[in-house]
Amino acid sequence: MIKMLGLRLARLVATLFAVSVITFAMTLLLPGDPINAILPPTTERDPQIVAQIREEYGLDNNIAVRYKDWLNDAVLHQDLGTSYVTRGQKVTDQIKNRVPVTAQLALMAVVIALFFAIPIGVLGAYRQSKWDDQLTSAGMQVALSIPNFIAAIMLGWLFAIKLDLLPNTGWARISKEGLLANLKTSILPATALALTQMAIFSRLVRSDMIATLQENYILSARAKGLPDRFVLFRHALRPSSLSLITIVGINFGALLGGTVVIEQVFSLPGLGSKLLSAISSRDILMVQGITVFIATVYVIVNTLVDLLYIVIDPRIRRS
Amino acid sequence: MPTAGADATRLTRSEKTEPLLVVEDLKTYFQTPNGLVKAVDGVTLSVERGKTLGVVGESGSGKTVLSRSIMRLNTAGNVITHGSVTYNGEDLLAKSPRQMRDIWGVEMAMVFQDPMTSLNPVVKVGRQMTEHIRHHLGVSKKDARDTAVELLRSVRIPEPEARFDNYPHEMSGGMRQRVCIAIALACGPKMLFADEPTTALDVTVQHQILNLLGQQQVDRFMTMIMVTHDLGVVAGRTDEIAVMYAGKVVEKAPTKQLFADMRHPYTEALLRSIPKIDDPKHTKLSAISGRPPDLINPPSGCAFSPRCPYAQPQCFTDTPPLGAAPTPGHQYACWFPVGSPEGKDAWDKNLEAKRPQTMAAAGLVNATEELAAGAVVGG
Repeated sequence: MIKMLGLRLARLVATLFAVSVITFAMTLLLPGDPINAILPPTTERDPQIVAQIREEYGLDNNIAVRYKDWLNDAVLHQDLGTSYVTRGQKVTDQIKNRVPVTAQLALMAVVIALFFAIPIGVLGAYRQSKWDDQLTSAGMQVALSIPNFIAAIMLGWLFAIKLDLLPNTGWARISKEGLLANLKTSILPATALALTQMAIFSRLVRSDMIATLQENYILSARAKGLPDRFVLFRHALRPSSLSLITIVGINFGALLGGTVVIEQVFSLPGLGSKLLSAISSRDILMVQGITVFIATVYVIVNTLVDLLYIVIDPRIRRS
Repeated sequence: MPTAGADATRLTRSEKTEPLLVVEDLKTYFQTPNGLVKAVDGVTLSVERGKTLGVVGESGSGKTVLSRSIMRLNTAGNVITHGSVTYNGEDLLAKSPRQMRDIWGVEMAMVFQDPMTSLNPVVKVGRQMTEHIRHHLGVSKKDARDTAVELLRSVRIPEPEARFDNYPHEMSGGMRQRVCIAIALACGPKMLFADEPTTALDVTVQHQILNLLGQQQVDRFMTMIMVTHDLGVVAGRTDEIAVMYAGKVVEKAPTKQLFADMRHPYTEALLRSIPKIDDPKHTKLSAISGRPPDLINPPSGCAFSPRCPYAQPQCFTDTPPLGAAPTPGHQYACWFPVGSPEGKDAWDKNLEAKRPQTMAAAGLVNATEELAAGAVVGG
């Protein structure tokens, strides 16, 4: 058990190291000189100034030294550097500022999706091929086929414009405007993101559950005279949720970097929109910082998922 | 069952003498893409209170489906059930699934074949033992735990308090089957189905589990149906035996009567296929030649006729009814029963004609070599 945890932790560190190398190497692959981003294109290039800037940003060092410095700052000082473009803006501050929006959206989307997907998937397996299963399956198919920005626009039109219940754009921070105002601005984008996830999750639960319901221990549980709902949720759900958890972990990570479009539709100050603007303005340190941050969260979430398996299936604990 | 006689007298004093379970002309068919599988095809039997019925047959004879049909545990959409099952005067087939849930566990319980797969791997043994106690008897968590620990002790699980918090994978197969038995006994059922309870276990453990079942049955005065493919298992442990073949009961008799005076050639073949301790070394295991019948298109006439050493032309065309033997309680379905003059004639005639099935049964040739169809080990 302890040995396994240690192993997982070692793997986590190794993966993070690989992530940092690859992300840093990305800088080299991008075309163009960072100097072009730092100095306005119109400025006459005084070689002395250029050299000074190169030294200031450490661009004159060789790649290994630059990587070492960057990693050092990142790990020891949680400093991912200072943006070339918006001079003086620290990458870390920008991430800190933007992360709550994106993380909250991703989390809410996953929670909303699970809230609906689990009962729907369980019902679908229990009532396999009956009318209610057919109906929910068709509904999930529709939810899966609608791109989330279309869902976002439709939701915005219905709840913000037609019914005038919620704001169509913008973001209220919990710390400033309070929880209720925050929920009002977050519920539509989160729901738009949740639809696809819900469809994926419910299909997974349904198919795994159908397999589980064939197991002998389900027959024994039923033969004890337990109510069907008890058998479904207390006996069948847990063994049926291993692949669900894997996908929830992967998709949560994907949502962190993948809310760009939704953030644009609802004009939200999230990580995705920052990443988008950083890419278009060649703000390499910013891109690097955000990428390495998302990757780190992703790796950590997936390690947590691995640990969650152990909670769910006691047989894994032994090995 | 050493105390069966004593129990029977106690029974007649306290309870009505009518059987606890009466099954009449029960049919369970499965609709499949290939056709209708007649897994149970007109079974009639009854079990008196406190008695044990052994249901014996090869794989595919319908014995497991029969026990699940009686308990109404066959719920797949393609099942068709006809006939009647009367338990304690109530018609079970007329009950709704909701009503059956009040019978499962409390009135009837089942011990399944494979203890490795019939416990939920992700749920602690303790909860699997207490959940239905709490549901049916409405007792507190603490009381249910006490009951469960007591049950674990009664099925002779060492350190029951510690085992209560184990997961199934932390236990051996024999221990898991003890747990399954304890689960089945937890709400004090009047009727216990044991569906091949020892098939998946080591031989030494088999014996312990069978003894445990027998003892619990006596202690709790339960009625039991024990399903097995092994005549040896039911020999000393049942009051009556029903031999099933192709979804039908082909012979039924009090256990002693059956072993002393079996009439059906299939029963004889099952018994012959058990190796005997005083056989000389390297005696070939006697197999029942041929394969179990196709349940979608069963052979015409007697279903056992293609494999039967006694079979005569009549057997291939006319289905023998389950008729009474001279001894009370003994029934069989055969035109040329074992031990009768007709049977003797049929055997001699087949032997003379060198019918391979008869030659094999007489030990004159090896069944596996003689029958191109390929032999299946019986029993």
